[in-house]
Amino acid sequence: MIKYLKTVDEKCVGCMTCTAVCSKLYFKEDNPAKAAIQVQDLGAGKFHLVVCDQECRKCVAECPVQAISVAKNGAVMIDKKVCVGCLACVAVCPTGAMRYYPGLKHPFKCIACGQCAKQCPKGALELAEKEESPASRAWADAIAKVREE
Amino acid sequence: MSYGIKDFKLVSESRYTPGKVVRGYNMRTLHLDVSSRKATEKPVSETMKQKFVGGKGFGLKLLWDGTKPSTRWDSPENEIVIAMGPICGNTNYPGSGKSLVVSLSPMTGIPIDSNVGGYFGPYLKFSGFDALELQGKAPSETIVFIDGNEGVIRFYEAPTDLPRDTHLLAEVLTHAFAASDDPSDLQAVSVVSAGRGAEHSPMGLLNFSLYDKRRAGIRVKQAGRGGIGTVFRDKKLLALVCRYRGVEQDSNGAADPAAVQRIGLKLHREIVVNDDKQCKMRKQGTAHLMEVMNDYDLLPTKNHKYGQDPRGPEIASWVWEKLLSQNLPDGCWFGCTMACAHAVDKFELETGPYKGHKVCVDGPEYETAAGVGSNLYIYDPHGILEINFYCDTYGIDTISFGTTVGFLMECWEHGILTKERTDGIDLSWGNWKGACQILHDLAEGKRFGVLAGRGVKFLSEHFVKEYGADPQFMRDIALHGKGLEQSEYISKESLAQQGGYYLTNKGPQHDEAWLIFMDMVNNRIPTFENKAEALHYFPMFRTWFGLQGLCKLPWNDVEPADNAKWKEPNKVPEHVANYRELYTAITGEPLDWDGLIVQSERVYNFQRAFNIRQGRGHRAEDYPPYRAMGPVLEDEYEARAERYDKQMKEKIGVDPAGLSVKEKIRITREYRMKQYDSLVDAVYKRRGWTPDGCPTPEHLKAIGMDLPEVLEVVEARIAGKI
Ligand code: SF4
Ligand code: SF4
Ligand code: SF4
Repeated sequence: MIKYLKTVDEKCVGCMTCTAVCSKLYFKEDNPAKAAIQVQDLGAGKFHLVVCDQECRKCVAECPVQAISVAKNGAVMIDKKVCVGCLACVAVCPTGAMRYYPGLKHPFKCIACGQCAKQCPKGALELAEKEESPASRAWADAIAKVREE
Repeated sequence: MSYGIKDFKLVSESRYTPGKVVRGYNMRTLHLDVSSRKATEKPVSETMKQKFVGGKGFGLKLLWDGTKPSTRWDSPENEIVIAMGPICGNTNYPGSGKSLVVSLSPMTGIPIDSNVGGYFGPYLKFSGFDALELQGKAPSETIVFIDGNEGVIRFYEAPTDLPRDTHLLAEVLTHAFAASDDPSDLQAVSVVSAGRGAEHSPMGLLNFSLYDKRRAGIRVKQAGRGGIGTVFRDKKLLALVCRYRGVEQDSNGAADPAAVQRIGLKLHREIVVNDDKQCKMRKQGTAHLMEVMNDYDLLPTKNHKYGQDPRGPEIASWVWEKLLSQNLPDGCWFGCTMACAHAVDKFELETGPYKGHKVCVDGPEYETAAGVGSNLYIYDPHGILEINFYCDTYGIDTISFGTTVGFLMECWEHGILTKERTDGIDLSWGNWKGACQILHDLAEGKRFGVLAGRGVKFLSEHFVKEYGADPQFMRDIALHGKGLEQSEYISKESLAQQGGYYLTNKGPQHDEAWLIFMDMVNNRIPTFENKAEALHYFPMFRTWFGLQGLCKLPWNDVEPADNAKWKEPNKVPEHVANYRELYTAITGEPLDWDGLIVQSERVYNFQRAFNIRQGRGHRAEDYPPYRAMGPVLEDEYEARAERYDKQMKEKIGVDPAGLSVKEKIRITREYRMKQYDSLVDAVYKRRGWTPDGCPTPEHLKAIGMDLPEVLEVVEARIAGKI
């Protein structure tokens, strides 16, 4: 099973509570550029929430030093002790959910901790679970093929 | 087979203060005297940094200072220098992990430079040194260990039962020298080694390892050209090991780390979006070129006699794509999303000492697939992979080997070689097992293997002396310049590329200029002056990668989507702008486009002067064998008769009607030789050289390479003293 942050764009009013919660929790400051979730203003009172789906795992496949792995709960996590800061993961992420901040040594992303969901006043976020899919296993399949038995 | 450090006899140890890279430099280099097993630090002066920049520049400068005009490749004072360059080691910009290796070459006798990936160079740099000099000869088999975190350099005597072929040796040493078996600790070790072949042949190479966490094994990249592995083994160096844990985004100490991130991410994104529509490097590596070259009559076939064969598609890119393991980030340094360093995994060998073993084959890259494939009329991918594997593990350059075996097979076809002369090896076109047998015999030190491994210059002269072969024919089909075998593109139909190959400092390697499409296909450089300009600009521009520790591939094997809109799309102007910005972001120094070219021009002219100092670097050495310029044989002419006849009519102004093929070959040859002559004149002039190919003192002054020792050499040459 994969734990992930489920988003409902229709319920989002752009209050930025989630970005504040996230950036304060992990960077000790209220700065949307340092939040793992992004709120995109589409105009006309509409918003789009961007956050890792924990399923595509393209970054896991791409990291040259295997600093990115899949945790027991299915969330995709970066090990900062191993990461060399190349930002390849940022480039391959199809949704822009893998984040970086200029000058910071490591990228960052949502780890499905759910703190933002607890405080979203509109219920636009919730922690949810989903099944593994072929895409979510592709990175591991590629490795299995080349490993000596 | 497993060893620990305790199994190696420690013979000397020295300590140093671990370094911190500031703005791309340590400002010191490391000299290792292999004879006395002593380590010495040397400071890098401001002048050295200004004039030589780094990488190949530092390598040549240290080699010049450490050797004499009388130094031969096997003189104790000959050096191997491994140097990195200021941009080397950053993890953000794809292609930033190259080491430049220089030495006096056993093939050419003059400086060779080879550009190689793998983790050794960047680790060495983060260990505190901008370059490493290896000088002297060890009294017994030696392993040098550099621990960049602790600041320790140790010389070990190697146990005699240690395997010497790279795929085993690098694996053993990685585990022996890693701090633990944790994959990150294993990844923190890189090994430089050669192989048994390098002990018996001047075309020995150096393998630079990288530990691949996904495969849980060793991968190797090659400093292939010019026999540096041979020098290494001659020094009784079995391996160099560097251990460094802790690479970070800013290990390179950039002046503006955020700018490095921004520029790097821009190219990462470009690669991710464009590569699949352009070169498919991420899936096929440089093997993507196979069918393109075959289609344009440029893929070496039967010792460069032809450029095409109907069987070409049997070794086309799509064949390799299926064989190469997919969906792995196969970069040769962290952060190279171009990731061309692919491998065929679990490949079962059919010949040699490792027959039946399942191995990981690094490659094949284009040069290998062409050189030991089509060039030998081998269209069996298995055969190509097997030769590829054994060349690497024995430490033999696939390009020199491919070109040499092509020559041997042609000699076989013409009856110059027979089974009696090859110790029973059948060298018919396409016989990959015969080619493998040469390699195995070479590794074992057996007669014909060793003879074959001496390269085409030696062999072409040897066959005249020993077997009475026709000297002109031998000279014509022995594809080498200055003693180095030509790499794997057909240059016959492109005058500019003949210059690109043979007007080089080290010998015919395509890393200076690749002008075939510009010249032959798109006709963008029609006049001698145009060609000379290209043969000035591109070699200078491409030299710059070697000064910085960069890979050439991300420059033009991916292009911005709108590249064609620029005035000179061949230069990929947007990427040149990236490089200039990157240089500034790391070093803090501004650099305009002209300044970039001048940095290279200084080192390029220094290298030419170096050749001259060694008593070489005359015009006569800058001429190709005729096979590289036009059709040597009648069937070679006839196979492209339409093209050659048309040229005769339109370009030479001679009506081919009624002429014999022999006559037509003669006329074509005369014409092409004259064309080449005019090209040399134009290029030398553009480069600021005399008609004999010597940089003039005025030119050296103009570019700021008027160091007294350099002026002394060129003045002596101009005065006819050397
Ligand atoms: S690539 Fe992006 S969306 Fe995919 S798992 Fe990684 S961070 Fe999440
Ligand atoms: S930035 Fe770090 S986590 Fe991302 S791919 Fe590079 S090394 Fe891996
Ligand atoms: S493009 Fe290929 S050779 Fe060049 S740095 Fe990247 S992986 Fe290495």
